[in-house]
Amino acid sequence: MFAVIQFPGSNDDRDMRFAMKSVLGVAAELVWHKNPELPPGTAGVLLPGGFSYGDYLRCGAMARFSPVMTAVRRFAEAGGPVLGTCNGFQVLCEAGLLPGALLRNRDLDFLCDWIHVRVEHAGAPFLSRARAGQVLRLPIKHGEGRYAIAADALAGLEAGGQVLLRYCTPAGAVDETANPNGSIGNIAGVRNAAGNVMGLMPHPEHAVEALTGGTDGLALLGSLVDAVTAAGRSR
Amino acid sequence: MKAVVCVMLKPDVLDPQGRAIQRACVTLGYDRVVDVRQGKVFEIELRTEDRATAEGLVRELCEKLLANGVIEDWRIERFAD
Repeated sequence: MFAVIQFPGSNDDRDMRFAMKSVLGVAAELVWHKNPELPPGTAGVLLPGGFSYGDYLRCGAMARFSPVMTAVRRFAEAGGPVLGTCNGFQVLCEAGLLPGALLRNRDLDFLCDWIHVRVEHAGAPFLSRARAGQVLRLPIKHGEGRYAIAADALAGLEAGGQVLLRYCTPAGAVDETANPNGSIGNIAGVRNAAGNVMGLMPHPEHAVEALTGGTDGLALLGSLVDAVTAAGRSR
Repeated sequence: MKAVVCVMLKPDVLDPQGRAIQRACVTLGYDRVVDVRQGKVFEIELRTEDRATAEGLVRELCEKLLANGVIEDWRIERFAD
């Protein structure tokens, strides 16, 4: 069962549940942020997009102190897969479960668009359904998505293969013209050192049906389903 | 006791808001404005009159909540009664 965490101000929680439940056919439940525990049988945690706590102070800064985050941290430390999209990515960075931080977009615009990202490293649990070098077309919608990290920490991320997705042209070229928000190294998604926590600014849950623009989000969410099923912890 | 805390983006972190404000200054004719950095100021009312207690508390708050050490620096501007 996948737990989709609901903070006050989350707004992609239901879309995430829809993607998991109705499109991928696995159990997924909304879990209110005040819960001190994850439901029994939780095999994966999804932190959705939105504007938790109105983005006050910094995006994700308040949500990290929600009671459920203690349980999410425990789950992550025990090796459970955790995926944060957009605001969920910001929350994971603020909570220290992922390296770096997300800042106001380079050009100050709120971006709402379809972009392309290149898969840098394929493999479980987040990208087993993709291959390295593959270009995914996904939507973004954020005002604060500029990934930032100190130079030495960035070198560590690169060396450890923790950069999973980079903004690129439709042909897969990673250059400044394809960088929507000024993220360092065109970084769109990273994982932790252990490999079980990932965050990304694009929205895989909004790209799960051809009717609404594309299905490339399934490369990510489907991989997560495969990983959880393989671990025998599903449903 | 009241504490005033200032949080700024680290010097090497791009501040597009500050840059936009600097450009606006120049547009208004203030062409001697060469750089602007935008930060946050917190005025914090504390239930203590002891300076050392207040300082310890505010430091803890800055590290835990008010600033994100990955991208921001903080400083206590002053204490006032």
